[in-house]
Amino acid sequence: MVVTVIGIIRAHNLFAVVMLGGVYSFLMATVLVILDAVDVSMTEAAVGAGISSVLLLAVLHLVRMREAPLRHTPVIPMIVCLLTGGALVYGTVDLPPFGEAGGPQNQHVAPYYIENAEHETHSPNIVTAVLASYRGYDTLGEVTVIFTAGIGVLVLLAARRRREDDEDEQKGGAA
Amino acid sequence: MMRDTIILRVVVKLLLPAILIFALYVQFHGDYGPGGGFQAGVAAAAAIILYGMIFGIPAAKQVVPPSVVFVMIPLGVLIYAGTGVAGLLLGDNFLDYSPLGSKPVYGQHLGILIVEFGVLVTVSSTMLAIFYAFGGRADEADAAEEARKDGEGGS
Amino acid sequence: MSTILADLNYWVTVFLLVGGLYIVVAHGNMIKKLVGLSIFQTSVYLLFISPGKILGGTAPILDDKYTLYSNPLPHVLILTAIVVGVATIALGLALVVRIHESYGTIEDDDLTDLESDT
Repeated sequence: MVVTVIGIIRAHNLFAVVMLGGVYSFLMATVLVILDAVDVSMTEAAVGAGISSVLLLAVLHLVRMREAPLRHTPVIPMIVCLLTGGALVYGTVDLPPFGEAGGPQNQHVAPYYIENAEHETHSPNIVTAVLASYRGYDTLGEVTVIFTAGIGVLVLLAARRRREDDEDEQKGGAA
Repeated sequence: MMRDTIILRVVVKLLLPAILIFALYVQFHGDYGPGGGFQAGVAAAAAIILYGMIFGIPAAKQVVPPSVVFVMIPLGVLIYAGTGVAGLLLGDNFLDYSPLGSKPVYGQHLGILIVEFGVLVTVSSTMLAIFYAFGGRADEADAAEEARKDGEGGS
Repeated sequence: MSTILADLNYWVTVFLLVGGLYIVVAHGNMIKKLVGLSIFQTSVYLLFISPGKILGGTAPILDDKYTLYSNPLPHVLILTAIVVGVATIALGLALVVRIHESYGTIEDDDLTDLESDT
């Protein structure tokens, strides 16, 4: 995944960038399966490698395929990013080590969900039970966000393209 | 949109029902295995998008007309919120599914099924509507470009 | 060595985060910025899910054969985050299409020049 990201940074052809983005999504889905997050992995593979790539390719069809070269060398962004990375790495020193069961993130709510989900909601998939029942309000918010995004895209792209010649306007008006 | 695609056409015609059945399987087995509304919605939308990519967007618009899609987008949100309000009307809190069945456990299970169905409807119709919007722009751009080229080549 | 293995997932997360941030900040092309934004978002998914994994556990689907499950709570939160991410990307792409139609370009520097001219 690291190599893919470096490739995306270096590539100038936008089609290559989109394809590498799809590869990156598939690799992320594989890593998520290794991390035992099967629901998340299925969603990431479908959404990241499927819908995102299709939409990016559709937009690429409408705009140019190459990226213009940068006009100034990006020294300041590089320094800012390195500083941010350093601060984050310094922050991760205190985080619990990978794979242990004793950290605070696994202590309070999660054992309650694991023990009680089956007999309170009659569904072995704990993630679905939590998503739809214990945290159903968040899922309602999420469905509303998807709805809003769909409406937003329809509003933005519903108007017909404005042309310069008159016959195209007539053709667009009549069609 | 694409020309020498006989292999793709045959394969897509074979794959399309398999993808739709897989989407329904993932939806209804979201309780017993990985899955649920979001994955199923995206897979179902991906099936129609695949059909639209190979056979052209007018053909996909014949299969799932845009008016149906525009009705389905808010319908899923309504189903979800309606289940919550049903719980409110039957005596418990908002989005509490316990009063929907004879025992609270059955109520929760029924509530989860209905809610996931609402999620499926909204997610699939939104993804499809976004694809129709982008693809419609691309078709208009293609048609305008061809008309311009014909105009330049003919005159 | 054990420190490296114990913290490797965090370092990879930080690298992906910084890489995505760099793409958003430093590159001018809007489609590349959106791809960088999605990379940034996926690094946050790793940040949430990797501490929830328990070595020797399994996916959080109840079964009689297993007793140790990984933490299901981050999965729920990230599931919402993924779909919100794709909604953001879709809206961003619609904006890119309209910008391209209005100005003819999607490069940051060209847009700044056009704005300072008019």
